[in-house]
Amino acid sequence: MVKRAAAIGAVALIPSLAIAGAAGAAGGQSQAAICDTASLPLVQSGTLTIGTDNPAFPPWFGGGEHSKPWKFNDPTTGKGYESAVAYAVARQMGFTRNQVKWVVVPFATSFAPGKKKFDMLLNQVSFSPQRAKNVNFSASYYDVNQAVVTLKGKRISNVKSIAGLKPFKLGAPIGTTSFEVITKRVKPDQQPAVFDTLNDGVNALRNGTIDGLVVDLPTGFFVTAAQVKNSKIVGQFAPVGAGEHFGVVSAKGSQVTGCVNRALAKLRANGTLRRLERTWLGAGAGAPFLK
Amino acid sequence: MESPTASHPPPAGDRRSRILSGLGAGEGRRGVVIAVVSTIVVFALIVLAVVRSPGWDEVKNAFFDGQIFRQSFPEILRVFKVNVRIFCTAEAIVLVAALFLAVLRSLPGPVFFPIRLLAIVYADVFRGIPTILLIYMLGFGAPALGISGVPTSQLFWGVVALVLVYTAYVSEVYRAGIESVHPSQGAAARSLGLSRTQAMRHVVLPQAVRRVIPPLLNDFIGLQKDSALISVLGIVEALRQAQIDSAATFNYTPFVAVALMFLIITIPLTRLTDWLINRDRARRQASGAAA
Repeated sequence: MVKRAAAIGAVALIPSLAIAGAAGAAGGQSQAAICDTASLPLVQSGTLTIGTDNPAFPPWFGGGEHSKPWKFNDPTTGKGYESAVAYAVARQMGFTRNQVKWVVVPFATSFAPGKKKFDMLLNQVSFSPQRAKNVNFSASYYDVNQAVVTLKGKRISNVKSIAGLKPFKLGAPIGTTSFEVITKRVKPDQQPAVFDTLNDGVNALRNGTIDGLVVDLPTGFFVTAAQVKNSKIVGQFAPVGAGEHFGVVSAKGSQVTGCVNRALAKLRANGTLRRLERTWLGAGAGAPFLK
Repeated sequence: MESPTASHPPPAGDRRSRILSGLGAGEGRRGVVIAVVSTIVVFALIVLAVVRSPGWDEVKNAFFDGQIFRQSFPEILRVFKVNVRIFCTAEAIVLVAALFLAVLRSLPGPVFFPIRLLAIVYADVFRGIPTILLIYMLGFGAPALGISGVPTSQLFWGVVALVLVYTAYVSEVYRAGIESVHPSQGAAARSLGLSRTQAMRHVVLPQAVRRVIPPLLNDFIGLQKDSALISVLGIVEALRQAQIDSAATFNYTPFVAVALMFLIITIPLTRLTDWLINRDRARRQASGAAA
């Protein structure tokens, strides 16, 4: 297991800021010139190509099935937190709605070497210094906590502390920091399960092959509200250090990241991010913290 | 029949003669030199083409990162025990179940038609379904039935799926072996007063099984590799551990590590299989020459 979770805290923002700084080294004026929609090097010039995985799960994406090939939800609708943030960022960067194109990027290919087929990617990708060696990360567009979901009536549903989770069989979707929360913070007695998709994890929870599913808190609320009857959130993990955040991914060295950071800074300053978070992830307030 | 190879069969233990068996007779030392030079030239060209390709640096960083390799290898090796347990358990069951199935299928007479039919349907169905689908369906489907007494362990159902598929393949191997034993053998045994069962048990099967040991080993190698498919059930074995490490680092080096691990155990077995095949051929040729 590659060790990295502990390092997340202190260095979290440094690489992305450093990249932003490098891109705009000659000052704000030239950064603006770089981010000009006509001259910014893009996969398809004049179009901002945004990637995410398919199916597109709520609350990150909404709007239902609308256009091909999207399943479950459609990022082109602007509904759901990541879709809304993506369009807000695109708008700040000077792209109209029609100049935004969405492409399907399976998680494992988001960091494939070679030419990327997206300019930026929003797919609940948590920043880590190790990952940032291979792709660009923007600053945070969402600070995330992890949470445990289970079925009501299971023994685990009454657990109040992280230590209390130890004896149970836990699972998490692959590629998430949820799995690291299990191995690094819970350190359970049983080998945790790691699923290809959120759906597989949810099914395993339903089937009783795992006692608890660890996901990020907004996903946890979606699972309990819409996916599994009689399920509940056991609790959320308090952040460690600077905590964990989702960043917009771009190709290593891409100039897009600097422009995304500029846009995100504005959206944060003028309250747009907070507003979108309330709209799409509003339910996230009420889960108890695991001691 | 007098052919040059039959009158001068290559000594079974002579490695060089096997490796260079493509050489015509009489080329001798010159042939060896040409083979060596041509090998070096071909491989050098391939290596050069890869290393000098425009994307090589990126691919090298993504697939051959020494530090990530050192970090992930021990952990992958640790969970590789799960694979070993999976394929050893499955192989033990398969070898017995497939033999049983093959014998059922070779039962003569109209009375046994339904049994033969069942055996044929079984072999057709389970050779026809992609292994990964069967693992998926059983692993997520069987525990969901909620029948008391039916195990909910996904590892259990994963092994069941592998056993079902490989029993179908291996039973065909056994059947080929049984059919390769000349009918006169069975007839001779019967004429000595052995019952049909005794003839099968003491005369036909010992010859049949010995003949099909190399293809049996081939299927065992296939089974070893397919143990990685069980990862789709969320079980953390070597491949899944590599995926976890890869997702954590955004680097594919852990996959190279797991590939190496499989090679380390499969190559000796493939060599052994080849050696057995060659020994067998040499023996047959020797006995053919003697006759």
